[in-house]
Amino acid sequence: MDLLADLELIAALRRGDDRAYELIVREHTPRMLTTARRLLNDEAEAQDSVQDAFLNAFRGIDRFEENAALGTWLHRIVINAALQKLRTRRRQAEESLDPLLPEFDENGCRLEPSWKFPQSVEQIVQQRHLCELVISKIQELPESYRAVLLLRDIEELDTREVADILDISTGAVKTRLHRARAALKKLLHPLWEEL
Amino acid sequence: MSFAKRLMRKAKGWMLNRVHRMITCVEFENFILAYLDGELDARKKVIFELHLKVCHECRNYLEAYRRTVSLGKAVFESPHAPLPRNVPEDLVQAILRARSS
Repeated sequence: MDLLADLELIAALRRGDDRAYELIVREHTPRMLTTARRLLNDEAEAQDSVQDAFLNAFRGIDRFEENAALGTWLHRIVINAALQKLRTRRRQAEESLDPLLPEFDENGCRLEPSWKFPQSVEQIVQQRHLCELVISKIQELPESYRAVLLLRDIEELDTREVADILDISTGAVKTRLHRARAALKKLLHPLWEEL
Repeated sequence: MSFAKRLMRKAKGWMLNRVHRMITCVEFENFILAYLDGELDARKKVIFELHLKVCHECRNYLEAYRRTVSLGKAVFESPHAPLPRNVPEDLVQAILRARSS
């Protein structure tokens, strides 16, 4: 949907046009639900987040900036709604990521087994059980790291946007992203073969 | 680890810590994100890539790291991923009802 079409829909919505509302909901729910499912890994909470996001969006329709894409605006709102759900889950102490981080000897040399890669990424994602493995390992990451990994690498927000959404510095986003990737790499060792 | 391997590792550690323009694997680790994001200046990029040339462990590590990032992206797009893709009509109806209520 292009910007002009977005603007027409927004204008119709501001006039109280129910048809415009339905068009927007049907057009944008799939992507918003996908995002919420990835972040929450819980179908009921994901659906609640999408509902909350639409309600927040339409209550705040006057704040919609007309040079923005409607899809991008709704995407940000559903991310916030999903993160809100994550924050209200009973807080559990996060497990330390340290055992999953790279190790070095006293000279600063990497202590890491050598891996070979028997299957390409394209081959791996053709296999349901391996897709399941990768997704389950992403879910194993502590929440503060998983959120950054999902927002930067999967939802493809930039570092500044992630920092704003999570209310942390850009430096913290970069540190968490790198550690999350390094930890996930180690968790995915069944996919790599030791030489 | 065999004596020969320990000796090699020690020699490598000595080289990485003392030879001009060499960095240790720890320093290399700290540059990875900036390197992949294209944020290293020319001088640091040369140093980073020089380390890659001399350190098999970091070459191998970076390859696994890159594959991990690609895999993370690709798996969510895969039609084989065990993720619900449907949009339940009752959710759409609930959203539509919520606005009018």
